[in-house]
Amino acid sequence: MDLDPVLLARIQFAFTVTFHIIFPSFTIGLSAYIATLGVMWLRTDEERYHRLMRFWTKIFAVSFAMGVVSGIVLSYQFGTNWSRFSVVVGNVVGPLIGYEVLTAFFLEATFLGILLFGFDRVPPWLYVLAAGIVAAGTAMSAFWILAANSWMQTPAGHEIRGGIAYPADWIGIIFNPSFPYRMAHMLNAAYLTTGFVVLAVGARYLLAGKFTEDARTMMRMAIGLLVILAPLQLFIGDQHGLNTLKHQPIKVAAMEGHWDGSKPGDFHIFAWPDEKAETNRFAISIPRGSSLILTHDPNGLFPGLKSVPASERPPVPSVFFAFRVMLGIGFFMIAAALFGAWLWWRGRLFETRWYLHIVSFTWWTGFIAVIAGWIVTESGRQPWIAQGILRTADAISPVPATSILGTLVLFVVCYGIVFSMGIYYINRLIAQGPQGRALEHATGLPNRPIAAAGAAAGDAMSGRH
Amino acid sequence: MEWYLPVIWAALIGTAVAMYVILDGFDLGIGILFPFTRNESERDQMMRSIAPFWDGNETWLVLGGGGLWVAFPTAYAVIMPAFYLPVIVMLLALVFRGVAFEFRLVSKSKTAWNFAFVAGSTLAAFSQGVILGALIQGVTVQNGAFAGGHFDWATPFALLCGFSLIAGYALLGAAWLIMKTEGPVTERARGQAKICLLLVLGCMGAVSLWTPLSIPRIAERWFSSPNIFFLWPVPVLTALVAFGLWRWIEARRDVLPFVASIALFLLGYLGLVISSYPYLVPPSLTVWDTAAVPASQIFMLIGTLFLLPIVLGYVVFIYWLFRGKVREGESYH
Ligand code: HDD
Ligand code: HEM
Ligand code: HEM
Repeated sequence: MDLDPVLLARIQFAFTVTFHIIFPSFTIGLSAYIATLGVMWLRTDEERYHRLMRFWTKIFAVSFAMGVVSGIVLSYQFGTNWSRFSVVVGNVVGPLIGYEVLTAFFLEATFLGILLFGFDRVPPWLYVLAAGIVAAGTAMSAFWILAANSWMQTPAGHEIRGGIAYPADWIGIIFNPSFPYRMAHMLNAAYLTTGFVVLAVGARYLLAGKFTEDARTMMRMAIGLLVILAPLQLFIGDQHGLNTLKHQPIKVAAMEGHWDGSKPGDFHIFAWPDEKAETNRFAISIPRGSSLILTHDPNGLFPGLKSVPASERPPVPSVFFAFRVMLGIGFFMIAAALFGAWLWWRGRLFETRWYLHIVSFTWWTGFIAVIAGWIVTESGRQPWIAQGILRTADAISPVPATSILGTLVLFVVCYGIVFSMGIYYINRLIAQGPQGRALEHATGLPNRPIAAAGAAAGDAMSGRH
Repeated sequence: MEWYLPVIWAALIGTAVAMYVILDGFDLGIGILFPFTRNESERDQMMRSIAPFWDGNETWLVLGGGGLWVAFPTAYAVIMPAFYLPVIVMLLALVFRGVAFEFRLVSKSKTAWNFAFVAGSTLAAFSQGVILGALIQGVTVQNGAFAGGHFDWATPFALLCGFSLIAGYALLGAAWLIMKTEGPVTERARGQAKICLLLVLGCMGAVSLWTPLSIPRIAERWFSSPNIFFLWPVPVLTALVAFGLWRWIEARRDVLPFVASIALFLLGYLGLVISSYPYLVPPSLTVWDTAAVPASQIFMLIGTLFLLPIVLGYVVFIYWLFRGKVREGESYH
């Protein structure tokens, strides 16, 4: 049997990085939400904000742990799987990751300790500040890693000597052409993802008639955020796409399923891209739709896939379908947010049960959209690992295919266990709901008798708050 | 003119690795000592003593690995494929023990995550020891890339180093417990610390004999003149520290055993550095052969010199914040 190490390494990396991004998409948004709740608590001294803060912090702790451990794996995979990549672009990409560790990872990890365990030890303002610092740390981490990734998409500020990339201008490297768009789009994606989880949990409580005060607060806060951010994402995404057309036109051609660049592009709502025949089957299309979006002119032309040889094209179906999944979810999010806001305005948000049912089921939409978006970005970059500099096939480590396959199986099994247990526990925490332990603090009781409160809260919690 | 940059970076990464080994060492050590009590409330106490710190401690591993990539991309690109399996096993072990902190608290039955915590901690320590041992023995390199076999690392010496590190981390963990807990856990930790100390000394002795006997380059480093005149204090100091450690455990001191354990680790580490310098990937690639271009090293150095003190500042702050002993039955968070 002939195993292809490049393919296996790609599958392995795709698997571990997809697993990882699930958690940042949630923790980036959730930490910001927790910090917001903290600020509201300090300002209004209202119990429910504090209760919610503590509740979401427990869920945050579980997600964050999974984010950390899966991230550490990734940082080593650049070496284990892509050692040529490490050498060829290490001079440029390495320092960006280095800065991420120094400015973000230590910050997050340290202040997380205060957020999770310091409640009894620090004054409220410091506790809330710790939450804010964790949120800032996660966003900072996104800044650096996205700078690194964007540089791989649209390299700038470097020079190539002897096949190796050397830094020439750090500002140019960090703020490379696709970085501002990717940063805005991803950060917004994380907030959207979290917003839908919070919305879903609120709806779930309302439907069950539990924790109604907290549920209403959650839903109001979520809708208020989503009604702005969901439409904003469409706008950012559109700008992002226009920018990509400038720098990676073939990726855009794959996203649009656009084969022949000599004709204006139709927007395919659905199609089956056939890579052999170089055409689409079963297409349902809006004539000249793509041309209109991308060139603002129904007769505008943009490059098609046929303008480069097949070996230079990304895998069209995965880019094409992933793009549609993201778009579909994006439009769903806009609709759900706008409709929710309208219900709220009419004073019926908490009574419209069919709406609550729908949103209580759609907590996962953000995660899927994020993963789909990354598949567009990363598959669309193929066959390059760093656009125009290094091909994926040349980036591989000198490791035999059997080792990669063996560890891939290990990853799938281990992550499968960790992930399913994690989801199960998060669900349990959500089912338990916010607990009123903070009352003791509000009445000025000393901070120690938590063990007693913990026992009362039931053994499932066993000592945790 | 840039000959000193790689040396500065080697020192910085050496520091990050030392920080990692000591800090994550004691919390991995807690995992290694976990099976020696069956009382869940004592286990809670042990875990609580490290819970606010473990994530930050592990970040030094990212800094060590990331730093290696930043400053010495070629070394990174050789070492990672050479130790492919042990590296990935270590990472997966860290996955299980990392999530065990949170999962153990939320799950109804603690058994499974206790096991994950113990097995993950022990396996991570073992893999790190194996990687270290195999690196000291040397890596086959051709044209700046790894060119050896994929089980080259599986030597008796590397396995010995794996066991040594388990014992060493357990020692750090026991000393940490002496410092940070009270009650039965502390009493037990005193006994454990003594046993671990004996094991560690045995391992250190074995490694110190084995390396010069089997690797001429190391024998020459230590025993040729004039080196021997400068280097003799290292083993002597080690013996003194070990002696002090034993006495301080017996004298029921709280903090000194931990300090002495750290000193013991640092001396062992110094010994390994002396044996290997100036090679980053013995026996062929030196720190200069593998260095990133000066532009990258300088860019990162400026940030590091500015940021590392800040990082150390808040790391110290959080240790200070959570100072004092953790009592049995005290709640988690
Ligand atoms: C847009 C955000 C984003 C993206 C694209 C990535 N990460 Fe990540 N990463 C984070 C956002 C994040 C975070 C929000 O900072 C995390 C997630 C949850 C967490 O615990 O911190 C994190 C954790 C995290 C950690 C652990 C940090 C610690 O010790 O505390 C490492 C080593 C990495 N990541 C490395 C990577 C690598 C090598 C990636 C790409 C291949 C990557 N991350 C993609
Ligand atoms: C609603 C309309 C949307 C449009 C027009 C849009 C557009 C785009 C485009 C063009 C890309 C690829 C950019 C490139 O590779 O160069 C992209 C990537 C991505 N999208 Fe979207 N998107 C939309 C909605 C969403 C939503 C709702 C989410 C998640 C909640 C999301 C998350 C992502 C992510 C995570 C990426 C990969 C990172 C990046 O390149 O920015 N997108 N999007
Ligand atoms: C976190 C969100 C991300 C997701 C979900 C993601 C997804 C993927 C996927 C699906 C692939 C496989 C593509 C293919 O082979 O067709 C891939 C490859 C890769 N990605 Fe990402 N990616 C993410 C972020 C990043 C970042 C931030 C970096 C680097 C800084 C990165 C570096 C790579 C590398 C080195 C490969 C392997 C080579 C390749 O196949 O091109 N990725 N990623």
